[in-house]
Amino acid sequence: MTSHPTASGYNFAYLDEQTKRMIRRAILKAIAIPGYQVPFASREMPMPYGWGTGGVQVTAAILGPDDRLKVIDQGADDTTNAVSIRKFFEKTAGVATTTHTAEATVIQTRHRIPEKTLGPDQVLVYQVPIPEPLRFLEPRETETRVMHALEDYGLMHVKLYEDIARHGHIATTYAYPVKVEDRYVMDPSPTPKFDNPKMNDCAALQLFGAGREKRIYALPPHTKVVSLDFEDHPFEPTKFDHACGLCGATHTYLDEVITDDAGGRMFVCSDTDHCEERRAEGHRGDLLGEAPAEIAGAAE
Amino acid sequence: MTAPLLDIRDLAKTFTMHLQDGLVIPVVSGVSLTVQPGECVVLGGPSGAGKSSILKMIYGNYRADSGAIRVAAEDGETVDVASAAPRRVLALRRTTIGYVSQFLRVIPRVPALAVVAEAATAFGIDRDDAERRARDLLTLLNVPERLWSLPPATFSGGEQQRVNIARGFIADHPILLLDEPTASLDARNRAAVVELIETKKRAGTAIVGIFHDDDVRERVASRIVDVTRFAAAAA
Amino acid sequence: MTTDMHAPMDMDTPLLTAESLTKFYGARLGCRDIGFELFPGEVLAVVGESGSGKSTLLKLLSGQLEPSGGRVLYRMRDGVTRDILALSEAERRFLFRTDWGFVHQHAELGLRMGVSAGANVGERLMAVGWRHYGRIREEAESWLERVEIDPSRIDDRPTAYSGGMRQRLQIARNLVTAPRLVFMDEPTGGLDVSVQARLLDLVRGLVADLGLAAIVVTHDLAVARLLSHRILVMKDGRAIETGLTDQVLDDPREPYTQLLVSSILQP
Repeated sequence: MTSHPTASGYNFAYLDEQTKRMIRRAILKAIAIPGYQVPFASREMPMPYGWGTGGVQVTAAILGPDDRLKVIDQGADDTTNAVSIRKFFEKTAGVATTTHTAEATVIQTRHRIPEKTLGPDQVLVYQVPIPEPLRFLEPRETETRVMHALEDYGLMHVKLYEDIARHGHIATTYAYPVKVEDRYVMDPSPTPKFDNPKMNDCAALQLFGAGREKRIYALPPHTKVVSLDFEDHPFEPTKFDHACGLCGATHTYLDEVITDDAGGRMFVCSDTDHCEERRAEGHRGDLLGEAPAEIAGAAE
Repeated sequence: MTAPLLDIRDLAKTFTMHLQDGLVIPVVSGVSLTVQPGECVVLGGPSGAGKSSILKMIYGNYRADSGAIRVAAEDGETVDVASAAPRRVLALRRTTIGYVSQFLRVIPRVPALAVVAEAATAFGIDRDDAERRARDLLTLLNVPERLWSLPPATFSGGEQQRVNIARGFIADHPILLLDEPTASLDARNRAAVVELIETKKRAGTAIVGIFHDDDVRERVASRIVDVTRFAAAAA
Repeated sequence: MTTDMHAPMDMDTPLLTAESLTKFYGARLGCRDIGFELFPGEVLAVVGESGSGKSTLLKLLSGQLEPSGGRVLYRMRDGVTRDILALSEAERRFLFRTDWGFVHQHAELGLRMGVSAGANVGERLMAVGWRHYGRIREEAESWLERVEIDPSRIDDRPTAYSGGMRQRLQIARNLVTAPRLVFMDEPTGGLDVSVQARLLDLVRGLVADLGLAAIVVTHDLAVARLLSHRILVMKDGRAIETGLTDQVLDDPREPYTQLLVSSILQP
């Protein structure tokens, strides 16, 4: 665990205190109404939209000097986006950072929920590009807000119906809509549906920030989250035919990795921390010895 | 003497032609007549005397300026067609008053047999019975069986007319209005229609009819009412 | 949970009652003092030329526009008669996707052009809680057949349909929840004459079979003659003549109605 000197000239965690207070008010409201999208005055951040400005603002608003921050992108701690955001908070807040899920108090993520079960002392912050689950069929924001208000959700099933009509099954694999506490339909965008079950009854607080769309929503600990489906086409999390080539795990979300330009490929855990931890515990995948260092990572 | 099924009192009708500077055309006035069950009252008089207008007023197709058209409705009540609400008139047409003209209002795409049977099911006769009646009537009226499954839109004028007569006679309305149903029919089919009318009379139907041909008129009429005496009185 | 679509109906109490409906757009009159009762299974045609106020009236009747005066009462499925303006937005929407239908002149306005025909028909079912894909699809197929669309085209989007097919699809989409009242705004407008005839014939049959009440706005007297039991003639925002359809068309009383009837080919 490392601590960092704060860069001079910045307020703690970059945002000014008034802005953080405004964002915290939005977060509190979001927690009070699970799944409801609370509008907030999203600020310009020193990074482009689409790089996690919503998540960064939420993280900045909840971060304290004693927090330990983990940032992942597609499950990995070492991707450009994750590294940039981690560095951003090291520089502006001087907080400790970590790649270990268990050690983190705040985890900012794009796409994935860590494989390790989260606990009550943790907060998971999602970066969200499109918070509105109804937008696919109803482009008018005025109309979608009324639909949420009136719980007028027939359209969500129209989307799933179209999936089955076209593909024979519900082909939506990420941003798979859920119903929160039997009330609001919410878009976990762009999390893979593999992770949907982890949202349900989760002990950690889950916060969602959409910077460009200026929305914050939340799942308080132990919220009921149900993936939408049909009686004869029930929700099924993605299943993989492979085990992780590095750690041999069979119940994790896998990324397909091309290993050479001759068609070689392998499947590895997308949650790098979890994979490394398993290998440290002695689990070994089929390809562990052969995998290039860029894929096998620092644990080798 | 039984109660009349139809009791017309002092009925009057004019047309005001607003497109011709409000020209008022008197049609009839002071029309009073009653029709008993089993009776066939034939309206007589030259064309233009208002025979057809009287039939249309009884059916509610034309409005009366004054007077009453009292009809014994199926629920035992007496309804004045001249002042009844539209939906009451519609109910009377469904249950009490049948109307046969010489023209078939063609319903596209519906086969002849169904066109005829539909008039019976609308009256409340069950489907099987309706179809049986439709077959009997089309046979009686010499509509070739090969046409029954075709829409009448493609039929000759005479064939369409006979389909229409079958349609008009299939149900059991207590009151039947006949507006020249035998016009331009050949002798054989005229005889068939006369037979149909006689059957209705025996069943107790009260009939008001217009027949241009003297032969049919003489054979079916219980009595003939000359309409010119109503026309003459019109202002 | 599915809604009860076959509650017993009292045929002798009005389904919808319009009382002195008046609408001003600023100083301009939309319509004035319109009143009538519509009973279950009755079809009322509202005729008049463009600008006569018939579209305003349709919007008032269907609760899409607030009147300047008067009110609209509707007898809900539970038998209770309610002022439709007093309904909450949620109740109004529920009415619109269960007990009411609205057929637009332009099918594109009444359809979701971006999803398949099956989803278009199934949407109302899903909105009232149907959650079985197979049954939704079966119901959609049977409705496509009823409106004479080949069920094998269930997965096509309406963008691939002809104008007549789109209109028939819109009708199926509206009727799938067995509404008791359907509003139609120039349902055959913009279609070829031969396509119109087929559609009218289909609508006539469905209305009779399902015992639907309908309010049909049209400038076409032939449409009124074929579909409606009663007619209401509008001119300059007022109802100038009303009565049985064949009575008003065969024995028109008002100067304007006589002009209207005389200026068309005999329907």
